[in-house]
Amino acid sequence: MAVIECIQNIPCDPCAYICKFEAIRKSSFVNPPVVDYDKCTGCGECVAACPGLAIFVVNLKYKNDKALVTIPYELLPTPKRGEIYEALDREGKPVGEARIIGVKKVKDGTAVVTMAVEKRLAMIVRSIGRKLK
Amino acid sequence: MGSRIWKHPILKFERGKPVSIYLNGKKIRAYEGETIVAALYASGVKSYSRSVRYDRPRGFFCGIGKCSSCLMRVNNVPRVRTCITLVEDGMKIEYEKGRGESPVAGEVEVKEEKVDTDLLVIGGGPAGLSATITAANLGVDVFIVDENPQPGGQLIKQTHKFFGSKHNYADIRGIEIARTLLRDLRETNAKWIVNASAIGYYEGKKHLLAVVQDNSKLIEVSADKVVVSTGARENMLLFPNNDLPGIYGAGGVQTLMNVYGIKPGNDALVVGAGNVGLIVGYQLIQAGVNVKMLVEAMPKIGGYVVHAAKLRRLGVPILTRHTIKAASGKDHVEEATIVELNENWQQIEGTEEHVNVDLICLAVGLTPSSELLFQAGCKQAYIPELGGSVAIHNEDLETTLNGMYVAGDVSGIEEADTAMMEGRITGANVAIAVGKDRAKAEKIREESFKHLEALRASPFSERVLKGKKKAWDFWREMK
Repeated sequence: MAVIECIQNIPCDPCAYICKFEAIRKSSFVNPPVVDYDKCTGCGECVAACPGLAIFVVNLKYKNDKALVTIPYELLPTPKRGEIYEALDREGKPVGEARIIGVKKVKDGTAVVTMAVEKRLAMIVRSIGRKLK
Repeated sequence: MGSRIWKHPILKFERGKPVSIYLNGKKIRAYEGETIVAALYASGVKSYSRSVRYDRPRGFFCGIGKCSSCLMRVNNVPRVRTCITLVEDGMKIEYEKGRGESPVAGEVEVKEEKVDTDLLVIGGGPAGLSATITAANLGVDVFIVDENPQPGGQLIKQTHKFFGSKHNYADIRGIEIARTLLRDLRETNAKWIVNASAIGYYEGKKHLLAVVQDNSKLIEVSADKVVVSTGARENMLLFPNNDLPGIYGAGGVQTLMNVYGIKPGNDALVVGAGNVGLIVGYQLIQAGVNVKMLVEAMPKIGGYVVHAAKLRRLGVPILTRHTIKAASGKDHVEEATIVELNENWQQIEGTEEHVNVDLICLAVGLTPSSELLFQAGCKQAYIPELGGSVAIHNEDLETTLNGMYVAGDVSGIEEADTAMMEGRITGANVAIAVGKDRAKAEKIREESFKHLEALRASPFSERVLKGKKKAWDFWREMK
């Protein structure tokens, strides 16, 4: 499911255009987007499309105790599948470990990184810090 | 290799062939395509001039030819803005004493040229390029001058993706928008030159302007119409030792690291958490700089929450109601003292904190670069919502001087999307005024107005819109 952390009236609309399931709606050009969870498939196309890097995808059905969190990432080194990083919360505080499950490098430079974290951290983890393994 | 960046998550730095320049006789390695300041900075030289009265070292500050902090003698030409002058093999660069000395006869070759055009556009940022492309596509004969080594204005250093409408340039990085505009420019018949500054307005049958190119060629331009899109300059902040090398405007830092690929420092403090401060903070991290914190005097972060969130989740603290109290260091900044502010904006004694930094980025607002407009006689007004003194203008962006238009930040500090729309409007207006395809021009004008209005419908635009309305009202009163 896409989680859009865009709460202000920014004149912006790429997220609404990128979603082929029409799951992201903007009631006006400046109003924040709203996700229709009946339509969202969690495909993640919107993650790299948001200029504000404010869209994440959370999958709570990954494993019993693990969830997947997909983030946009624009720093070097680009993480690789199988590596383990510190999982950071919205304040940049390490809160656990993140195992990199998949990395998709979009052609304009943004990497879309999917990581497995403890399920309780699914709505807490929003970035990665130091590489641990 | 000094502080040159070779790997970057977004940018690829394509350097030209290695050349040698000589600073007071000392050989320094450089690459074609980089400025003198970039080459010197990469080699560890961070002071380019000394203050006239107190002989204090000066770094570059603005990095875009507006602040005169980097004036040096280059190949015998005094007072050269080394931040916008590209290196050449064998170039002779010297520190100047005091205010510098004029070259003796024969030391510098001077050329002259005359240009006659329908439209002169001054400044090739998003506004000026949009005005040029629009007007030229409508059949107007356009001459555009820009004082930087390449057109594109501030877009050429914007690595972040832009907000906006999918129908325009949203979700595209600023550097890509600049490339698109440049490609569109090349497809027109417009004549464009770089390294060229409009230095004065004169009385003539038409608008008459003096343009200096490459510090050595005087071009007399006669134009029926003029669009001034000179952008803005970065604000300074008052605090002890604010002139130490290592303290730069946010835009100057962006130029150095994102255009020329030079790492500006190791540990940074960013002053100001408006969108510029937040964006430069994030870009510093992308360039491998350790951003220790942002301080913001206001009680709230001024920029967008999404920009702030990018920094916060990387662990960068953003301290509101804090400012910089002083900088210190011998010949270069080594430490910043930050302090908390109370509700009356006064520093609270005892809350000082020392931060070891070798880089302080000031992102404390911009002031329109209106000097040429005022010299030309355009009536001006101080409008705080627009960033300072601006040439008053109407909705169609015409100043009080007939046929002289403004577009972009020089008409009031805003952002690149609105600048491009203003540019299009002036381009279309000029086409109408000089008798080109009226129907087509009207259509572009209407569409651009509509989009401009949509961009300004956000509450974030309330302040600037208030300022714009003041400018329009003043124009009606004065006309």
